[in-house]
Amino acid sequence: MRDDITYINAKSRLFSVNFSELLKYRDLIWLMVKRDLVNSYKQTVLGPIWIIINPLLSTSVFTIIFDVIAGISTDGVPPFLFYMAGNVLWAFFAACLNGASSTFLANARIFGKVYFPRLVMPIANIVFNFINFLVQLSVFVILVVIFAVVGSNVHPNLLLLLTPVLIIQTALLGTGIGLIVSSITTKYRDLRILVTFGVSLLMYITPVVYPVSKVPESFRWVMLCNPVAPIVESFRCAFLGSGEFHWVFWLLSLAVTAVIVFFGVIVFNKVEKNFIDTV
Amino acid sequence: MKQLEKDVVIRTTGLRKEYNLGVIGSGTLRRDVQSWYAKKRGREDPNRKIGTEAHEKGEIFVALKDFDVEIKRGERIGIIGANGAGKSTFLKLLSRITSPTDGEIAYRGRIASMLEVGTGFNGELTGRENIYLNGAILGMTRAEVDKKMDEIIAFSECETFIDTPVKRYSSGMFVKLAFAVAAHLDAEILIMDEVLAVGDMKFQRKCIDKMRQLAIDENRTVLYVSHNMSTIQDLCNRCLVLSHGEKVFDGGVDEAVALYLGGEKDDFFALTYEDDRYKTLVRHHEANITEAKYNGLTTNRFQGDAVMPLELSWEYLADVSNIGLRVEIMDFKHYPITAYLIENIHSGKKGETVTKRFQLNLSGFVQGNYFTNYVLFRKEEGSNKVIDIEHAMGLRFYKYPANGGDIRWLKAWGSMLNPGIEEIE
Repeated sequence: MRDDITYINAKSRLFSVNFSELLKYRDLIWLMVKRDLVNSYKQTVLGPIWIIINPLLSTSVFTIIFDVIAGISTDGVPPFLFYMAGNVLWAFFAACLNGASSTFLANARIFGKVYFPRLVMPIANIVFNFINFLVQLSVFVILVVIFAVVGSNVHPNLLLLLTPVLIIQTALLGTGIGLIVSSITTKYRDLRILVTFGVSLLMYITPVVYPVSKVPESFRWVMLCNPVAPIVESFRCAFLGSGEFHWVFWLLSLAVTAVIVFFGVIVFNKVEKNFIDTV
Repeated sequence: MKQLEKDVVIRTTGLRKEYNLGVIGSGTLRRDVQSWYAKKRGREDPNRKIGTEAHEKGEIFVALKDFDVEIKRGERIGIIGANGAGKSTFLKLLSRITSPTDGEIAYRGRIASMLEVGTGFNGELTGRENIYLNGAILGMTRAEVDKKMDEIIAFSECETFIDTPVKRYSSGMFVKLAFAVAAHLDAEILIMDEVLAVGDMKFQRKCIDKMRQLAIDENRTVLYVSHNMSTIQDLCNRCLVLSHGEKVFDGGVDEAVALYLGGEKDDFFALTYEDDRYKTLVRHHEANITEAKYNGLTTNRFQGDAVMPLELSWEYLADVSNIGLRVEIMDFKHYPITAYLIENIHSGKKGETVTKRFQLNLSGFVQGNYFTNYVLFRKEEGSNKVIDIEHAMGLRFYKYPANGGDIRWLKAWGSMLNPGIEEIE
């Protein structure tokens, strides 16, 4: 018999993430990831191969449109790699954001029936997308190695050491924004609609399909204030050696990420207690 | 926060839950911000109608108020009450699905809630995978589930299909599997809200037995919400009756059930039929029951071998000879149990009124709440065919067991007391 006493009352602390409780539910996080994996590819012919086909296909389209047709410069880097670097990281960011932003609405039924730490869902979403991202990243790395061996203009550099931080930052930033959106959508559904096309619009003010160097000098700092921009640019810089590592803007982006995650968790905590009454 | 005494597992103090009625928010962000800003500065809400208070306007619905209860280890608590009485709200607060507006709950150990069986299930996963998933949702670790896996599968009666995706399961199998997981969770407190509504009779029996066994043998605490009084009587040893968000009774199951069933309608022991409200149309309407009462009684409760003294008055709408009376008895679900028949009690002319007294022996009824119908009939000339000439809804009665050392009768044993069995050798 367990003897620990739990208290439930109306008061709530501003920032109270029960990490030990989350740890107890780690099996649930893992099972949710597994559920998502099974759900995504059950009854498909190609199964998990889609994880790879997806970025290859969209990168090809980007290459055809932005390189062959529009002729946008890629700082001398092989266009396919250039677009793939941006695309893979962006897809990870967008998936984290979209997944987290539907936490409350998509899970209203199960949240209304049983209690478990609500943060399990966005965390499972990160893990699920991270697995997809890892697979895509390995394909990308293999391609980078092949191109480098062949002697293309590809220069992986020391900045690679920073990529784990960049990847974690991407996940946190996307999820942080998603948590805020998710909390607000329990009351104002408008935001959900805004987010679905807002994310794809955001991609165009982020240097995913063009290099920062193509942005007019006087306008560049505005673009780099977008917290995703320095991440994508630095990520590409690390693998391909193109562009520039804007460390001031990156630190700014890191600070913005921290604020957004903190704020996101506060709002999420506040909403999770009673959202079932309003949703 | 007061400490809990050693054998207390749940204690609520001044628990209150309010819901906003109508449209949540005023619809536009601007007005919500306005209202919020005014509230923050202690001003009046600019979007509220002048001169109205929050509850005057009916914006707030109090689902649960001043709810204090203390539940001890091993108790099997039944929670009953009409729809909207606050039963589910209480369970939702307890299982942390929503949080109280005021007051506090303290509980000891883990709570497993089965508010709706199978919510965590995923159609694409197999039965076995779903056991892991559902177990994890209820707070079990993988290792704990592994330890109980065989027991769970055996209890669910789904051995053959355990590695099939549950989307191919019948709804009955679904429920069985889900219940099996929840019942094998090592939680100190089990919460169930009408989970047994599905599943076949045999499985329902098994579930009730399992819950009782968990409570008695392993000292778990069970909270059970249901509208089915017989399962409440079967499972629980203490009962809370809720009405309009307040606890109106806390104590023995039989009294609670009687209070709840009696609470739906008045405690009638006499009835005057002023219009056709309580009548059912018959083809040959030749008599009209005007009054029914339990002669000399001021209650509709009968104990042990009690006899029901029934007085009926009726007027003839046509000339009828050799009228008969049939008193039909239905259980609380309006399912017919038996009928009392008496023939040739009277012959009357049109316009004549008559009052007759009868005695009904109720010793064969088990405890419970019963509905009645009074039917006047005559026989078709030259045959044994019965023609109903009046059909009226009758007085209800409640039968409770004789005092003393009798074994308490469980609904599941049947609804008829038989003459008995004797040991011969």
